[in-house]
Order: sequence, then C-alpha cells, then structure tokens
Amino acid sequence: MATNGTMKNIYLYARFERLWHWLQTFLIIILLLTGLEVNGVFTLFDFETAVEVHNFVGLTWLIAFAFFVFWIFTTGEWRQYIPTTRKMFSVVRYYMYGIFRGEPHPVAKRKEAKHNPLQRIVYLILAAILLPVQMVTGFLYWGYNSWGEWGVTWLSLQAVALVHTAGAFAILSFIVVHVYMITTGHTILAHTRAMISGWEEVADEASVGDWEYKTKAA
Amino acid sequence: MKITERKPPILKYILLLACWLMLMAQIASAAQSSADQPPGLSMAQQATKSKEHWITTDHSKHEILKQDFKSGAEITAACISCHSEAEKQFHKTIHWTWMADPSEKKNEYGKAGNSLNNFCISTNKTADAGCLSCHPGWGNSKQTSVNCLVCHSQKSMNFDEAVTDIKGFLKEGDEESREMAGEIQAELREAVQKIIRPARKNCGSCHFYGGGGDGVKHGDLDTSLAKPSKALDVHMGMDGQNFDCTRCHTTTLHIIAGRVYTRPAATERKSLVEDDLTAKITCESCHTATPHEVGSKMNDHTDKVACQSCHISEFARVNPTKMSWDWSQSGKLKDGKKYKTKDEFGKFDYMSIKGRMKWAKNVKPDYFWYNGSIKSVTAKDKIDPSGVVNVSWPEGSRQDANSRIYPFKVHAGKQPYDKVNQTLLMPLLSGKQGYWNTLDWNGALSVGQAAMGLPYSGEFDFIETTYVFPITHMVAPRDKSLSCTECHSKTDSRLANLKGFYMPARDASRIINYAGWGVVFASLFGVLMHALGRFFSRGNGRKKEE
Repeated sequence: MATNGTMKNIYLYARFERLWHWLQTFLIIILLLTGLEVNGVFTLFDFETAVEVHNFVGLTWLIAFAFFVFWIFTTGEWRQYIPTTRKMFSVVRYYMYGIFRGEPHPVAKRKEAKHNPLQRIVYLILAAILLPVQMVTGFLYWGYNSWGEWGVTWLSLQAVALVHTAGAFAILSFIVVHVYMITTGHTILAHTRAMISGWEEVADEASVGDWEYKTKAA
Repeated sequence: MKITERKPPILKYILLLACWLMLMAQIASAAQSSADQPPGLSMAQQATKSKEHWITTDHSKHEILKQDFKSGAEITAACISCHSEAEKQFHKTIHWTWMADPSEKKNEYGKAGNSLNNFCISTNKTADAGCLSCHPGWGNSKQTSVNCLVCHSQKSMNFDEAVTDIKGFLKEGDEESREMAGEIQAELREAVQKIIRPARKNCGSCHFYGGGGDGVKHGDLDTSLAKPSKALDVHMGMDGQNFDCTRCHTTTLHIIAGRVYTRPAATERKSLVEDDLTAKITCESCHTATPHEVGSKMNDHTDKVACQSCHISEFARVNPTKMSWDWSQSGKLKDGKKYKTKDEFGKFDYMSIKGRMKWAKNVKPDYFWYNGSIKSVTAKDKIDPSGVVNVSWPEGSRQDANSRIYPFKVHAGKQPYDKVNQTLLMPLLSGKQGYWNTLDWNGALSVGQAAMGLPYSGEFDFIETTYVFPITHMVAPRDKSLSCTECHSKTDSRLANLKGFYMPARDASRIINYAGWGVVFASLFGVLMHALGRFFSRGNGRKKEE
C-alpha cells in the first residue's frame, strides 16, 4: 500500500481475538472437510469417522462461539460490525480499480476502527447471520432424533440439510475470497502477520476519519 | 495513543499450545471408535450367563418308556401318561393347526387354510399328503396323535418309517420279521428314553427344509445352522455362544415365540431389563434398544432401522437358497422322460416336474418398511393379472411408528392362475393325481381346487409373483456388519428404493451442490483474475515498499 505518511506499528488484534480467529479457522476447515464427506462429495476418512468428527467439532464450535459472543459484547467490539455506507463506494472502487494503480487504501485501520465499510458488512453477515445459521441448522441436524421432544417435528430434515449445505458452500466461498484478500496488505503477508502477532503496520493517525471510530474519538 | 512494544509471554503460549493439543486429541478420539465393549453386548451376556439346563427326571428310568412300542399312538400315550396337558397344549399351537388364527374363519390364513406361496403353492388344505411329512403327528395325516419325538428326542431317525416298519414286520409274524421288528423297537426305545429340550436339529428337521429341500425357502434358515460357525451365526456358532433355537424362541404352553404370519412375532419392544419374563424373541430382548456405545450415532438408528438390516449383510452365506421358481417351464421331457439338470451349486435348476429354478449364495437382502406383520393374498382373493402379483409383502410404512427398515429375501415365482376367476390356482402336486406324476396341469388344478373347495374355470395361464421372507437368522459378528456407506451413498445405496425421507449422502441436493460449487469456483476465478491484474499492473504491493 502506498502511504501518504509514516507507517506505524499498532496492536490491532487482542489475544482472545486471534485465538478465536485461528480456532475458528481450524474448526471450520475440519467441518468443511467432514461435512462434504457426509454430503457425499468425496471419501476422505470414512463416513462414520466423518460424522463423529463433524458432530464433535460442530458442538465444540457452538460452545466456543458462546465465548466469542460474550467477548464481543463485553468489550464493545460489536460496534466494529455496525454497517455503514460511508466510503463504501471508495472501498469498492479501490479494490476494483485503485489497487491496480497503486493508490492508497481509502480507509486506514485503527484499533478502534479495524474494519473498512466493506469488511463491516461482510463480517456482520458472516458473524451474525451465516455462522449462526450454520450452527442452528447443524444443531438441529445433529439433534434429529430429539425433534419429537423439542416439538419441532414440523421441520423437514431435507430443508435443514439443504440450508446447512448451502451455508457450507457460502463459507467455503468466503474462505476463498478472504484468503485472497489478506494478501492485499502493503505486503503479501502483512495482514496474516497481524492476525498472528496482533501487531499491524498502518498508515499514521491523521488519515483516519473520526467517523470511523467505534466510539467517539477520545 | 500510547503504544509500547511488548514481548510475547512464553508461558501463556505454552499453555495455549497445551489446550490446542488437548482439543486435537479430543477430535482424534471422536474419530476413533472405542475398543470397549458396547453396552448392548454386555447386557446380552448377562442375560444369557447361565447356559446349563437341568431337569429333575431321567426318562430312561421310567418303566412306561421301557416298552416294545408297536405304534406311534402308544408312544404318545406313554408321554401323556405323565405330561397330561402336553398334547392339549400342543393341539392349540400353529405347529399343529397350521392355521394362523383358528378363530378367524373368513380368510383362513395358514398353510392348512387358504394361504399360498410361490414355491409348492399350497397344501390344498392338507389334501396333499406330501406336505404332511412335516406335520408333527404320526404318519402323513392330521388326524393322528402328536409325535412328541420329532421335537423332543435326541435321536435322529425317521419315526414314521420306524413305526410303519414295526407294524409291517409284526404283521408278517415269522421269526425273522419279529427279530427285525425287535431291532427297530430297540432303536425307538432308545429314542423315547433320550428326551431333551428341542435342539437345533429337531427344529431343523422341518425348518431347514422349508419348501421341500435344504435352504429352499428362507435363505437364513438351512442345514448350515445345524452346526454353524460363529462367522455364520454369532449366537448359534459352536465356536461361540452355541445357542439352540429355543434360546431365543422361548416357549409358553408349547407356543413357541417367533411365528411371523398375519401378526408380529412381538408386539412390544421391550428388553429383559424392563420385563424379566418377556419373550427373548427380539434382538432388543437381550441387547436393549440402545445397544451401541453411549453417544454412538448407531443408537439413533434403532427407532427406524431393525438390527437385522445392518447385522445380516448377506443371507445364504454357506448353503445356496432358491431365488426364483418358474412353473411355466415345467413339463418338458427328454427322450419322452422326465429329467433334471443341476447348476453350479449342485442344485436342480431344471426339473420336468417343477420347472426352472434359480439358486444363489451370499445374497444381499431387499429392504422394506416392516411392522412385523406379513400381508398376503389367499387362494380366495382376486388378483390383478396385468402386473407382477405380490403373494406376500411386508406391512409398514415410514409414517408408522412401529415400522422399521427390515431385510427380506424376495422370491420370484411364475405360477398358475385362473384367467376367468382371476385367482391364483392351487394344483395338487404329490400323489397319483398330482402334477408331479401326471404332468397334466388341468387335471392337477381341478383336483387341487376341488380339495380347497374353490372353483376352477378350466382356463389357466402363468403369472409372475413375489413372496417375501424376513431375514433374521445368520446374524454376523459385529465386524461384519454394514458400513455406513452401504446405505449412505448417492450411487449404490442399499436403500435406494425407500423414498419419502431424507438420508444424508444418499439424498444430498444436486442443485445445491452444483450451485455451491459454482459459487466457489466463481470466487476462485474472481480472485485469480484480480491477482493477475495486480501482478501485471504492479499497482499494489511490494513495488512501492521501502
């Protein structure tokens, strides 16, 4: 990224956040592999192993997600996910055009403003809709034998499975784009390094607009 | 904003790593099935711990059993002189009546009634004496007294033949004949004095030969079960539990559990844990409804899938069983004579008197919803000759809470029917007027229908039929049970014909999968193009780095 000022190292991702990110990465990859086997796409382990691992990892994820929800609300980090249309066009224009011209990213990162408008909307959809849908449909699928007790026999397993599979493909597609997008930092691995160490090199403070902060600028 | 460089806390990272490793270990253990014994197996072992039966009498010491018996009736009389109620009890059982429910007069289900199959078709209400060789009375008649020895003697011999011979020799009266009679009487005496609870060979003397020969009918019931290995039958295997038939086919008042006809063999699914006096006829009696490891997905299957479906992957694993019988091919002669040919198993695949037959070994069952009742067409019922007629079929459906997916042998037949009356026809087979002697269909059908008390128009043709047998014997050791993908498969699911419910892997939506991969590949293509754009434009990334 071309900079219009000095670069600065800032501590962008808290330890829990990074742990959460990589744990979730690991769990989702296993869920995708085993889930696609249960779906019948390929044979990697064997069906029984795939089912057992998928169930275990799915439930693990569900529990871990509860910690994430707790964290995001107690820290106020949820405000990072409030969608905005401001500068949305500039960001889209940047990725479709400016990036090829070596222009600077229109929205700089700050601890209190770590997501650009495009990220905000994508991560909100991911964390608030797509992942919960996967968890709810996955939990229902897992608990199929208890539907009678839960009073949800009006549900159709086919519909649940359909949504769950569609969600899985959406997540896989997200991963493809996400893995690519993290190479668009000022170096190929800059964003990856940030998610490992927590420290990211960003442009200086002056270029961050007040509106971007999750709380009013202190 | 104050930013300070800080060193990563090593200890915390080690802790984190440890947690990570523990999670990995948990996932790995979820992947492995535990080597521990599943609870259902332990339950069953407890339930069958004491194997030694004991009785308080020695039949060889009873004076009344030391006679020179001259007839079957004398033997029976000797038995009931002590066991006063035995014959009365037995007369009420289906083993004697050959009627599913003697009080039901409309359809008269039962082999002595209007029931039929697509093997030898009918007993013509027991007018066909050949069928009665398996009736547990003396001689080929239902009018005689009960032959207790068939089921209760340890000695294997043809009791009917023995008493007929004794009578014959005694009638001749000369010294030599009396000696011969005495020899047979000695043998018979030995049989009478060696009384046991029914062993495998007692039951097998009829049930292994259902349909008139070894393994003809059932597919899971033939002479291979007389001395089975554990691999053939995990319960009866002589190198294993060595169960007799009566271990599961428990008995009350001579009524033996396990009859499957118009009503289920067991109406309730309960284990000995719930009722210590329950019949042990179902798998669940000893193994419970959740026999697999706690938390195992297999336990979630037992409400809809019968144990037999996974644990009997194939039937007829030692001896072949008959899979089809085409009566329409019968009657051919070679050089003016009846003839037979044999197949690769040494079984007759053609007989002039019976037609063309197919045998098979290691057969994969067909699977149907089944609530324990078999529905069937009787000799009186109208049929629809436009298609294949199901002579018998399992009752049940996905919606029925008592139905489970159950394995079956389906026997295909082609048998005579009345073109005018649109009923299946019951030819008489054995005897002088029987088809096997005359090879004359019209004659055999007329006599057979007359014996049934049913009309015959004189116009007949052959029609394709099916007949089902529930598969329940020959339970394989657990390492030979079905793997998930035998059914959970898109391409060759054993349950491909069972519709109306969603099964993972079998029923995954093609549309969603195509659309899903479409989106994923579009994403891949998109980012690839973008990356190429960045690479060639050199607008982004390393170029401007210092």
